[in-house]
Amino acid sequence: MLIDWFTVGAQALNFLILVWLMRRFLYKPILHAIDEREKRIAAELSNADAKKAEAEKEHDEFQNKNAEFDQQRAALMSKATDEAQAERQRLLDEARKAADALSAKRQETLRNDAHNLNQAISRRAQKEVFAIARKALTDLATTSLEERLGEVFTRRLREMDGKAKEGLGAALKTAADPAVVRSTFDVPAEQRAAIQNALNETFSAEIRVRFETAPDLISGIELTTNGQKVAWSIADYLASLEKGVDELLKEKDKPEAKAEPKPESKPVVRAEAKPKQELEEPKPGAKSQ
Amino acid sequence: MHLSPDQIVFWQYGVFKLNATIAFTWALMLVLAGGSRLITRKLSIGLERSRWQNLLEILVTGIEKQIKEVGLSQPQKYLGFLGTLFLFVATASLCTVIPGYEPPTASLSTTAALALCVFVAVPFFGIEEQGVRNYLKSYTKPTFIMLPFNIISELSRTLALAVRLFGNMMSGAMIIGILLTITPFIFPIVMTVLGLLTGMVQAYIFSILAAVYIAAATRVRKPKPEPMQTVPA
Repeated sequence: MLIDWFTVGAQALNFLILVWLMRRFLYKPILHAIDEREKRIAAELSNADAKKAEAEKEHDEFQNKNAEFDQQRAALMSKATDEAQAERQRLLDEARKAADALSAKRQETLRNDAHNLNQAISRRAQKEVFAIARKALTDLATTSLEERLGEVFTRRLREMDGKAKEGLGAALKTAADPAVVRSTFDVPAEQRAAIQNALNETFSAEIRVRFETAPDLISGIELTTNGQKVAWSIADYLASLEKGVDELLKEKDKPEAKAEPKPESKPVVRAEAKPKQELEEPKPGAKSQ
Repeated sequence: MHLSPDQIVFWQYGVFKLNATIAFTWALMLVLAGGSRLITRKLSIGLERSRWQNLLEILVTGIEKQIKEVGLSQPQKYLGFLGTLFLFVATASLCTVIPGYEPPTASLSTTAALALCVFVAVPFFGIEEQGVRNYLKSYTKPTFIMLPFNIISELSRTLALAVRLFGNMMSGAMIIGILLTITPFIFPIVMTVLGLLTGMVQAYIFSILAAVYIAAATRVRKPKPEPMQTVPA
């Protein structure tokens, strides 16, 4: 008999036990391990995906920030450049202004110096011119000239016009002291008599006269009485001329101070030229008051 | 010369006896269970694992894949039974390289016991899947007349399972024994290699047939076109 039924039953039981054992020790643990591994791999993959997404997000964020930073930097740079440009321009302008002011001041100083010099030269020239004129006239003043002066003086007296004549006449008549006739040199007796006559005739009265010498008159003659005076002298001419020249110089100073500085030669020429012109037209020195 | 290891009896008490078949089966059980226990005691769930764990994982996933290919949609449910069938038969034939070893599958009692297990498991899984009524109804398909033929086929295929495995395993051992007496050198080794191959093929055939029977029993009527789809491929 090939089949032993006890063995068949025992083997069936053995097989069932083996099935249980294999399930317990082989299939379950192995399948469990495989499942766990797969879960773990899936978890790691999803984790990696999440990390990748996060990294990409951070990367994007970083790039955005970088771009923003670049923009800000560029803006700051351009702003700083503009400011520096403006500051440079301002400093340049200031320096130019300061330079201009300095140069203007210097020019002003130069102009003032030139002006002062001009004035000094003018005054000096004026003084010299008058001194020379005074000296020349003083040197020329001789007795014969005095005689001529006396003649001129008498003619003047005779030619006096109405009002001045009346005023002087009244003064001569009412004066307590005798009228004083002053001259540079002593008036000779003939001339004294002529003057006395001219006075008497002119005012139709006996005029008392006293004769004096005054060297500062520079060949001239004058009659003074009770505050009234009739005179003719070159000194008067010169004084009147000097006054006119002074006034002219003062007038010239005013516009010159405002005007641009001019070459130095011109004012000198003018200063010389003008007094000459003035000298050509002396005013009448006779004054009656 | 004996045809079956059943005839080698170590101990007997009335009906109870301890013969070589049972003893070698216990030895195989010890090797399989002990080996599994040893390897699976320290299983790694990480990406790095031991070579032995890798081997067992390949085995288990391979068997699972085969069961799935037969048409059982939930292979883990049948893995315990079918996988153990394959591993037991394969180990039993692999161990023939050990001198003095008598494969328990070379005993008709063992193969009959395994075939009986399949014979019981088929209706067990069938009823579990589709209920007693539907399972019993499947015997009358396509017509009622087919009932006796279906029953006969059920019995005969069980017998065929048992005898096929027994014949192959016994013949292998017998051929080697006879050849050893004729040509003691080299040729028996070649035959041993051939025996290993046929043993593996038989293990595969036995478990695949069992899977096919279970699949046939558990299949609900509707998925009939499924095999039609797979066949043309």
